[in-house]
Amino acid sequence: MIKATNVTKRYSKKLALDAINLSIPKGSVYGLLGPNGAGKTSFIRIMNQITAPDEGQVYFGDRTLQPIDIARIGYLPEERGLYKKMKVGEQVLYLARLKGLSTAEAKLRAKKWFERLEMADFWEKKVEDLSKGMAQKVQFVTTVLHEPELLIFDEPFTGFDPINTNLIKREILRLSEEGATVIFSTHRMESVEEICDHIGLINNGQVMVEGPLLDIRKRYQNGTYSFVVKEAVEHWGEGTLLQESKHHTGHSYTVKFERYPGTVVSELAAKGTLVAFEEVLPSVQDIFIEIVENGAKLVPHE
Amino acid sequence: MNNPILLIIQREFLSRVRKKTFLLVTILGPLVFAALLIVPGILASMPEEDKNIIVLDEAALIIPEEGRGEYQLEYLDPRENDLESAKKSLIDSDFDALLYIPTGENWDPDFIKNNILLFGKEDPSINMVQYLDGVLEDRLNKQKLLRNGVDPNVVELSLTQVNIQSFTLGDEGAEQQSATVLKMGLGYIAGILIYFFIFFYAVMVMRGVIEEKSSRIVEVIISSVRPFQLMMGKILGIGAVGVVQFIIWVLLSGGIYFIATMFIFPEMIADQATGTPVGMDASSSQGLEIYDMLRAIDFPLIIGGFIFYFFGGYFLYSAMFAALGSAIDQETDSQQFIMPVTVPMIIALVTAANVIQDPNGPLAFWMSMIPFTAPISMMIRLPFGIPIWQVIVSGAILIGTFFAMVALAGKIYRVGILMYGKKVSWKELYKWLRH
Repeated sequence: MIKATNVTKRYSKKLALDAINLSIPKGSVYGLLGPNGAGKTSFIRIMNQITAPDEGQVYFGDRTLQPIDIARIGYLPEERGLYKKMKVGEQVLYLARLKGLSTAEAKLRAKKWFERLEMADFWEKKVEDLSKGMAQKVQFVTTVLHEPELLIFDEPFTGFDPINTNLIKREILRLSEEGATVIFSTHRMESVEEICDHIGLINNGQVMVEGPLLDIRKRYQNGTYSFVVKEAVEHWGEGTLLQESKHHTGHSYTVKFERYPGTVVSELAAKGTLVAFEEVLPSVQDIFIEIVENGAKLVPHE
Repeated sequence: MNNPILLIIQREFLSRVRKKTFLLVTILGPLVFAALLIVPGILASMPEEDKNIIVLDEAALIIPEEGRGEYQLEYLDPRENDLESAKKSLIDSDFDALLYIPTGENWDPDFIKNNILLFGKEDPSINMVQYLDGVLEDRLNKQKLLRNGVDPNVVELSLTQVNIQSFTLGDEGAEQQSATVLKMGLGYIAGILIYFFIFFYAVMVMRGVIEEKSSRIVEVIISSVRPFQLMMGKILGIGAVGVVQFIIWVLLSGGIYFIATMFIFPEMIADQATGTPVGMDASSSQGLEIYDMLRAIDFPLIIGGFIFYFFGGYFLYSAMFAALGSAIDQETDSQQFIMPVTVPMIIALVTAANVIQDPNGPLAFWMSMIPFTAPISMMIRLPFGIPIWQVIVSGAILIGTFFAMVALAGKIYRVGILMYGKKVSWKELYKWLRH
């Protein structure tokens, strides 16, 4: 859907993006992750054509990104707001028409969304008379009303209350199932782990690692396994015990091994005490820390 | 595809025109303006309170002058009073002022003129001082003439007042009665009006930019349209508000004037109606003179010029104000930037008197060529009739500068609207320009 090659962006002193290469597959839910100031927003603004890259190319589909593409993108910026003195309905129609919808079409779709999110009675109100949660719903509707093929959310879950967060997560996943490509940009990596299928980790304007989330987590698997056993285990042989806990069905252990602990597993299984055994994949946060400390791992050749 | 600039213009226009304050300002504006024109006239025609002045005239210079109008003079006997006792009697009485005219050792007019004193219970008004000056100067002049052996009556008889009737010889060879006073008034009013219009609407643009920035909607908008389109849409939309407001004001003012002349000054209309050349009484010849003067003024040029220079000046300044607005998070931070930007307009207003005195002099010429002062200075000059090539050159410079300014402002604006929490300096703005 989006492919960036050698995209570079400089601000007077700072190199915000340093020749990054990213590719965001069509239909994916893509996590653009990294700490504050990593360059996420700079890249998003380039995708939205708010700024232009100093060097490099961005492709939308199979051709370069063009001004008319903004009608196919829905963007919820981190700094977001609405005209306070304008009526909700008018405002939604105005923003939709800026994206190229006709008034009639925009009205039809907006009414549907307002019904669906139980906000039909907002229409005639002014934004300044809405609660924060209500305004957030309006903001979300304005982002998706023109049925964009690409949805970009910058820090979507900061500033939203928990109920709206769930509601909006649900709606975004529904749009994704209907075929939209979704980009989440956030510095809170744990918040998107369960919903993203692809990620790109950015730090200091450079892409640290990018690809399908599961592949990356497997690549950074570091020999950590979890065991649930009926009876306590004293010795783990070559393994290093990281964590243990006791509960009413038995004990849980997290142990790190240098190699696949086949013998340990078969011994426990032979004793008949093993309830569950599982490889623990590192979290995105762990991977990020690992990369920052030790550098990225190359993709293994098969 | 909808045209985004048109959509933005439409929103900017409607959101302002539908406000209650717009209705209020639009209707009250002409009333306030009419009041500004009428009230000073009424106040000026009200008689001042009588002022009683004690005079201690040791030189016997102005006795037996009794005073004039509201100034009444009362003399103290110089043989029984000195300055101290005269001051005391001012304080103890309900007189308003004390005039002291000393006598020198041998009644030297130059000594006297330098030592006349005026004491007042409150600050003596300018009118009072002028009146006394007039009386004293007249007497001293006469005394000096007498001392030099000249009869003051001869001098008085030989004083001549010249009345020049001035005409402008137009291209068609027709003589036009020049109406300098009327032109001056028109020039001033047009200059001040255009200043207020430009300033009022340019600041409105800045407010709009700040509003979009502080409500954080700006990034949503510029993900749909280019920043330049947003800026131009805003400038054009608010400009349209200005035009509509101006038209309503002209119509309303005209209506008020018409009603006022119908009901308040019906005799004026009657005069005009009966003022045939055959009758030729004083008032009708005056009416004809005014008619002649009005004919001497090129109203289409002035009205056309007003509209052109309003738009030119408004575009120029609103582009600057939009750029400034984009650099500021809060409206309260705007003061330090508004001031330097408006200095050229204020200079144009301050030099208005000089431009009017010599509407074709070098100051007037250059002020109406410099695009930042041209809208005001040119409007002041226009009623006096100036070479058409100057209007064309000044207009061309204004349009050219406006395009350059819009391009510059667009660059600053593009960067500024996405900057938050930064105290902006002029240096910073310059850096954005080169981004």
